[in-house]
Amino acid sequence: MSRRRISLRQELPLLVWLVIVWGALWQDFSPGNLLFGALLAVAVARLFYLPPVELSGRFNILYAIPFALVFLGKVAAASAQLLYLAVARGPKVTNAVVAVPLRSRQDLMVTATGHVISLIPGSLVVEVDRSTSTLYLHALNISSPQRVESLKQEVRSIEAGLIRIMGTKEELETLRMEATA
Amino acid sequence: MNPDRTSPDAWVDMLSAVFMIVGAIMSLGAAIGLLRFPDLLSRMHAATKPQVLGLFLLLASIGLQMRTWWVWPVLLVAWIFQLLTVPVSAHMVGRAGYRTKHLHRELLTSDELEAVVQKAAARAAREDGSDGGRGD
Amino acid sequence: MMNIVLVVTAVIFSLAAAGAIVRISRGPSLLDRVLATDVLLAILGGALCVDMAVNRHLNNLMLVVAISIIGFIGSVTVARFVADRREQPNES
Repeated sequence: MSRRRISLRQELPLLVWLVIVWGALWQDFSPGNLLFGALLAVAVARLFYLPPVELSGRFNILYAIPFALVFLGKVAAASAQLLYLAVARGPKVTNAVVAVPLRSRQDLMVTATGHVISLIPGSLVVEVDRSTSTLYLHALNISSPQRVESLKQEVRSIEAGLIRIMGTKEELETLRMEATA
Repeated sequence: MNPDRTSPDAWVDMLSAVFMIVGAIMSLGAAIGLLRFPDLLSRMHAATKPQVLGLFLLLASIGLQMRTWWVWPVLLVAWIFQLLTVPVSAHMVGRAGYRTKHLHRELLTSDELEAVVQKAAARAAREDGSDGGRGD
Repeated sequence: MMNIVLVVTAVIFSLAAAGAIVRISRGPSLLDRVLATDVLLAILGGALCVDMAVNRHLNNLMLVVAISIIGFIGSVTVARFVADRREQPNES
């Protein structure tokens, strides 16, 4: 971790997020308040220096909105399923620990995928192997090898969606190669 | 409530009432899962995840009831922070649970992490040299 | 109608809290108890939300935000502690 200066462009998403949080917490979006928030955000980002998150520099909102809607739908459906499992199956539920190798090597991508997977009920990241970017998931209600395969497929499709939203050019290229092959 | 009074206000009230009840049921689901699932990692699933949807619905019902636009950003911030923090605690507790063997092996249909752990433990034992009788 | 909703959600939340408390008192391991405490905290947050929505005030909003920001720290700390303690003596 080097202490090189990070460019303002790289820091911008963090600053914007801090200003939005400031405005939301004061429940006041007047320009003066936002300006003060921006000053505070810059001061905080300079004083409490964190290693920069390596963003790829692109963000595709066209893919992000459908992804968010599908994510919400999945969370709702899986929550209902979990409720049913808890009431109907209870103690007889069977699980599995599954290894899913990811395409991306970037920390941000692996973290984002892990977060999305953990938020969808029924799967949970138990362990991460950072050197090979493999996620080890604990999944609920897995009774056959077919289910294991479909879970792996689902995880990899979630990762593909995230790459389309904010992956690097190289990752997009591998994704395209995979689709044609 | 009179069903044929179809002013928008009544609909908003109805929607937020449904949201509140479903959100509360999500909490109940978490509690039922806590009581009925057999091991720690299954309980983990029940405990943390329905709360995400539950809190979303409850915050949305606050937003609908207040009918002012400036509460929505606060509610969104609260929900996003929950989205960011829930997987962290779930992962930490799940990892600790797996490492301390808090799961019932007979309930697992497959365990692809086990082999990796065994291999790593064997390598660690070889490198240590002194405590060779560790791999069980 | 809001009164009916309030009663129904109060009953549901009480049942849920009772379930979580049973798990806290019975839970075979420390991690189970921590997990159940987390759920109890989430139930509390949900009850605060319902109270605000039904009575149309925002007095507790900051409390809910604070719960959602720092609620996870306790369980992370305990999980860390448990993992470190149990790993050394032959992983029993």
